[in-house]
Amino acid sequence: MTPAVSFQAISRHFGRVKAVDRVDLDIARGEFFAMLGPSGSGKTTCLRLIAGFEQPTAGHIEIFGETAEGVPPYRRNVNTVFQDYALFPHLNVADNVAYGLMVRGVGRRQRMQRAAEALDLVQLAGYGERRPGQLSGGQRQRVALARALINEPKVLLLDEPLGALDLKLREQMQEELKALQKKLGITFVFVTHDQGEALSMADRVAVFNEGRVMQVGTPQEIYQRPVSRFVADFVGSSNVVPPDFVERVCGKRAWGSLRPEAIRIDPPERGTGVNAQVLSSSYLGAATRLTLDAEGLRLQATVPSGTTVPQVGEAVALGFDPDALHIMEGEA
Amino acid sequence: MGLKLAAAAGLAFLHLPILLIFVYAFTTEDKSYQWPPPGLTLQWFAVTWNRPDVWAALGLSLKVATISTAIALLLGTLCAAAVSQSRFFGRETISLLVILPIALPGIITGIALRSAFSIADIPFSTWTIVLGHATFCVVVVYNNAVARLRRTAGSMIEASMDLGADSFQTFRHVILPNIATALLAGGMLAFALSFDEVIVTTFTAGQQQTLPIWMLEELVRPRQRPVTNVVAMVVVLVTFLPILAAFYLTRDGDQIAGAGK
Repeated sequence: MTPAVSFQAISRHFGRVKAVDRVDLDIARGEFFAMLGPSGSGKTTCLRLIAGFEQPTAGHIEIFGETAEGVPPYRRNVNTVFQDYALFPHLNVADNVAYGLMVRGVGRRQRMQRAAEALDLVQLAGYGERRPGQLSGGQRQRVALARALINEPKVLLLDEPLGALDLKLREQMQEELKALQKKLGITFVFVTHDQGEALSMADRVAVFNEGRVMQVGTPQEIYQRPVSRFVADFVGSSNVVPPDFVERVCGKRAWGSLRPEAIRIDPPERGTGVNAQVLSSSYLGAATRLTLDAEGLRLQATVPSGTTVPQVGEAVALGFDPDALHIMEGEA
Repeated sequence: MGLKLAAAAGLAFLHLPILLIFVYAFTTEDKSYQWPPPGLTLQWFAVTWNRPDVWAALGLSLKVATISTAIALLLGTLCAAAVSQSRFFGRETISLLVILPIALPGIITGIALRSAFSIADIPFSTWTIVLGHATFCVVVVYNNAVARLRRTAGSMIEASMDLGADSFQTFRHVILPNIATALLAGGMLAFALSFDEVIVTTFTAGQQQTLPIWMLEELVRPRQRPVTNVVAMVVVLVTFLPILAAFYLTRDGDQIAGAGK
């Protein structure tokens, strides 16, 4: 089956800045796909390339098997939820939602009916008469969502959709977006710099850095088997372990990553070979996070609540399953 | 208290002379401005009504102001759209060049235009006056439109395109409603500026008389003097109302735009 969106060696340069640099990417139909990366990593430019607001400097984009280069945004069956929502202040909520139908010449009666249905879908039934200015941030977000969905796009693009919301609302919207995507079966592509959001919502994640895709995979793959130091570092606070240390543990000379929860804290007399000192400790509720100095190497470890937690300054021995030490193949 | 009195005195100093002009429209003395007026009459209104030179001057002024405003609305909006919505080489320069005529003394603009007309061998006509007025009318519309466009988020235009509207539909349904009150205010201001312009007009009108020029001539040549006052009074009333309307319109517009944030 042809992918929903296919990037083939796509580059987008702004003068000398390579915002997107030779990116190959396939987004499957019906997938909830996240583009994750720090600001300036090229993820938003990729989204704008799909929407049609940017044209690639080089390469080829296909949307549902059709060439996208040169097709203006208004002829693409793709809709966007903008970061600042971009609602029209001079129209009420119902007219905002029905805008896509209005410019296509759908009659007013049918327009209003479909707008009411779309508002119902995002749990804003009865808000049609209000002005965008009278809504809260979360409500505006839902209006933007309803407005983008009313055109029945094949791909829905979301640019940092939850960035402007407070934590509680953000968690609630994560659930809702996920449920909505399942229900509609539309391909969702969303851009975020929040790794927690990407891991919890997406079916697959692409990690961007400096205009390039570092790794594409399921949240589990990305989290447990990062291919490079950048990915390990950016996706969750994994310990990046230098080749010297890896060589001592498993005999292979390569960079590795070690999840904080994979590290076991033993009393020093156990003698597993790696001794460490507790530098600091912070209580997180379900666990305690320790910062350790393991023979000059700074490591993070989480100890679940209910077990013995060593004090700051205490000498301990570290233990871990050698399988938990992941070798990063992508790192020279 | 003292400050309030000073402010009141300042305002009175600014506005009382205008009332004086109104009073002289009703005086019975027509050779000189004598205070207090020896008597009051309404006859000058009838005299003014029957003077063809007044009507000719008023007609020319209205025509010039209307055409200049129309040109300013078209060019000012287009220029503002270009400058605020896209980046191109020389953008800042164009912005500066558009605003320059309002900073330039009118007499310079006037002399420059007059010598340009004579070099190009263009005879004076309504259009030469219109050209002179358009130089500063465009600025007024441009300034209003550019300020409003800057506040109109670029993502709104992208959202419109994203939802299926082509450039024309986007202009019609998103850009125009958002800048309409700014254009109305700019247009009214441009009209008022053109309507009472003297300096540039003296250089670009030739023998033609717009209303302000006609008034100047009347003051030099004392003949039925209160006629000038009658005309002045009508002009003040006619120009004051649109400016007041523009003020209220843009004030409401700001509230609507502000509500979207």
